[in-house]
Amino acid sequence: INHIVHNGGLYKRPFNEAFEETPMLVAVLTYVGYGVLTLFGYLRDFMRQWKIEKCQNATEREEQKDFVPLYQDFENFYNRNLYMRIRDSWNRPICSVPGAKVDMMERVSHDYNWTFTYTGRVIKDIINMGSYNYLGFAQKTGACQEAAAKVLSQYGAGVCSTRQEMGNLDKHEELEKLVARFLGVESAMAYGMGFATNSMNIPALVGKGCLILSDELNHASLVLGARLSGATIRIFKHNNMQSLEKLLKDAIVHGQPRTRRPWKKILILVEGIYSMEGSIVRLPEVIALKKKYKSYLYLDEAHSIGALGPSGRGVVDYFGLNPEDVDVMMGTFTKSFGAAGGYIGGKKELIDYLRTYSHSAAYATSMSPPVVEQIITSVKCIMGEDGTTIGKARVQQLAENTRYFRRRLKEMGFIIYGNEDSPVVPLMLYMPAKIGAFGREMLKRNIGVVVVGFPATPIIESRARFCLSAAHTKEMLDTALKEINEVGDLLQLKYSRRRLVPLLDRPFDETTYEETED
Amino acid sequence: AAGVGQQWVLVEMVQAFYEAPAYHLILEGILILWIIRLLFSKTYKLQERSDLTLKEKEELIEEWQPEPLVPPVPKDHPALNYNIVSGPPTHIITVNGKECINFASFNFLGLLNNEKVKSAAQASLKKYGVGTCGPRGFYGTFDVHLELEERLAKFMRTEEAIIYSYGFATIASAIPAYSKRGDIVFVDEAACFAIQKGLQASRSNIKLFKHNDMADLERLLKEQESEDQKNPRKARVTRRFIVVEGLYMNTGDICPLPELIKLKYKYKVRIFLEESLSFGVLGAHGRGITEHFGINIDDIDLISANMENSLASIGGFCCGRSFIIDHQRLSGQGYCFSASLPPLLAAAAIEALNIMEDNPDIFQTLRAKCERIHKALQGISGLKVVGESFSPALHLQLEESCGSRENDVKLLKRVVDYCMNSGIALTQARYLEKEEKCLPPPSIRVVITVEQTEQELDKAASLLKEAAQSVLN
Repeated sequence: INHIVHNGGLYKRPFNEAFEETPMLVAVLTYVGYGVLTLFGYLRDFMRQWKIEKCQNATEREEQKDFVPLYQDFENFYNRNLYMRIRDSWNRPICSVPGAKVDMMERVSHDYNWTFTYTGRVIKDIINMGSYNYLGFAQKTGACQEAAAKVLSQYGAGVCSTRQEMGNLDKHEELEKLVARFLGVESAMAYGMGFATNSMNIPALVGKGCLILSDELNHASLVLGARLSGATIRIFKHNNMQSLEKLLKDAIVHGQPRTRRPWKKILILVEGIYSMEGSIVRLPEVIALKKKYKSYLYLDEAHSIGALGPSGRGVVDYFGLNPEDVDVMMGTFTKSFGAAGGYIGGKKELIDYLRTYSHSAAYATSMSPPVVEQIITSVKCIMGEDGTTIGKARVQQLAENTRYFRRRLKEMGFIIYGNEDSPVVPLMLYMPAKIGAFGREMLKRNIGVVVVGFPATPIIESRARFCLSAAHTKEMLDTALKEINEVGDLLQLKYSRRRLVPLLDRPFDETTYEETED
Repeated sequence: AAGVGQQWVLVEMVQAFYEAPAYHLILEGILILWIIRLLFSKTYKLQERSDLTLKEKEELIEEWQPEPLVPPVPKDHPALNYNIVSGPPTHIITVNGKECINFASFNFLGLLNNEKVKSAAQASLKKYGVGTCGPRGFYGTFDVHLELEERLAKFMRTEEAIIYSYGFATIASAIPAYSKRGDIVFVDEAACFAIQKGLQASRSNIKLFKHNDMADLERLLKEQESEDQKNPRKARVTRRFIVVEGLYMNTGDICPLPELIKLKYKYKVRIFLEESLSFGVLGAHGRGITEHFGINIDDIDLISANMENSLASIGGFCCGRSFIIDHQRLSGQGYCFSASLPPLLAAAAIEALNIMEDNPDIFQTLRAKCERIHKALQGISGLKVVGESFSPALHLQLEESCGSRENDVKLLKRVVDYCMNSGIALTQARYLEKEEKCLPPPSIRVVITVEQTEQELDKAASLLKEAAQSVLN
């Protein structure tokens, strides 16, 4: 289904999202593939049980053999028999800065991935299409690194105390004021880990008697935060505004289940860019619904801050909306800013409340000073306050790279999910064997990609996910595209049944965007 | 032949029809009519109140008023106004503009300002930049992480270690990876908040036992045993865990580990040990409470600690046998779904470990200082010392509460302010009052580090005596 939406003036620019349907033959073959793997899995388990085959798993201690087993055998079935076969596609160790090109440590396995040994050789200059380096701030030279080095020598690496006790440094206050200015909100608060920002602050905002409406494909941190809060959770279909509206109507009209009391508050949890689908949230519609039904909006911009919008200020900037319409703006510093940590921005009352009642402020160590300095420098760069135009140039470069890469892949005939403007590009693989094959073939050609399968994605929809970066030059993208084309032909990955009309080879120009043909 | 057989059955049926009693036929008839009615009636939805019209629904939507997103916080709330530290939080710390001696940061081994640690971190910064831009599974595994895991495993003498990028998330992700719904966890009342969140996320049955009371724990274990005998099938698949801390953050005392090991083998329960405060403090070489008591480390199923206290870095680690630790690489939420630790912090931790291994006498020095101040703080009128004599993180609680927690907090704040004005930086222990299961009483936290001189320790003790005198009397 291809939507091009200008929904009655809510959207100021075309919203193009596509999730092409799985071809029937491919779906059948994928299920057959999993069936064969499962059969072989049972066979191997049988052989291992009867000691025909050596069991390579770590085992329980002799003294504790009569304790209740720690893991259910079935839980690990997928792990032992499917994941182990292609385990070398993940956890690849690197030994250089995770920029556009990266050095990887070579590792081999002599026992089918049960153990790895490092040969000591380093594979140099692999094109990195897997790290979340959207604006290219993962650098070992440059203004950011120098500033971080200075702060490191002055402040040290750790903090050894919590925000509410003795861990609130002047650097943290500076960072929070800067982030609030960057986002266009009244006030902001920063935390040491993006995952923890969600899982520790959602319970502080909602509790029993509140309702959380969460998107189907929300990240594990949002799900954990929602569960820990004790509120009722209802799930609406991914990015589907009719589903959300129906849930909102039903919730207000019928109240809490059984007691029929009205809900205390309703919180809608959405993400800016969904990292597995590459789709962008329909923010204008969500905000219109939120205002109509008087609920609150929690926007997780982990992947979209810095990566979307003409000035890099995220999905709110991309749609040209007012940041004050979003009640809680959350994001992380790991992806576009090349550091670590998360933040929450919003009205002053909200942030004051979080300073007092957030779990992280009371119990968790505050952020490390050099990391804080990296964020400060990179935010200033994006805003243009450091006196250069590097930030603006990078934001534009990322947008160009995104459009170019996606268009070229679609022309080649791959099935690509997601929105035209999202720098996260999922390329569908479907079959389990192709997951491992794609990763390995691309590595042979010196390109590092990320492949994802079950359980991060639905079982037949395994995919390869490319993360574009402003640090990728056109030559790197062309090399990558050439190799992807080759591997695509080799592995027969070109499933798409619609072809894009290739643009004439001329420099990228935002106004000459053609519509697709079915 | 089939046709005749069929006909014969039909004849029998008709005969039965005529021979049946009337009430029987009437009952059957009613039942058939009822079935037909049910088949053709509209499906009955339990959710929808079919008596609400569209207009009424719209009115309800108009009328509904939610609570404000957050309730307002009073301006003078003690946790709202943070102390601002300008410059590094080292031995001499500048708090709110005043220079003080630091008795509030958990920098036990003084490694926060160590030049070797800083230069190792600088070298790593020059090589890798700051962030890792990805989780461990997707090009976020650096050789520094692998080295740190190896070094920690070797130092603690276990098979494997796994590192997390946030200290709080370490134990909060480790517990739900093993303990699921239906399993049983026996946990001490004074367990820290991170453990409580891990237990909440795991959805297991939690049984609290009184702090450090082995008799209470044994009673609970016996109760569980008798429950098991009633339902042996369920008992065979219910996992059991005991979660304790080496050195408790909330009370400053130590857990009786040898008795726990005996209980472990008697009742077949696994032990998870949280060593955030005792790692780098207890034991002849700083290996924690297992070295302190001389227990074989394989007897403890999982040891979890954070690197934010003795190692003066950021993050946390778990160590144990490969059988146990390897599971977290796929099911530890804080490991799989979060970016990995920035390499400069990992390099700082490796260098700190080097220093710990090369200078094993600092642990003895630290212990001597703790004993000194513990003795010096005894006998302050109005304040009592809570914690073991060798614990570097003590609490000073009010001997008599003034009635409400709010007033106690205000009183302690005046004591802390008095000390801060005279050059000793202290802090109150902060808790989330509504969220803690067993809220500890308000207290002042006193932290001893290896950098404090004996003069400074004596000065702090005498200043606290003075403050208590002037404020509490």
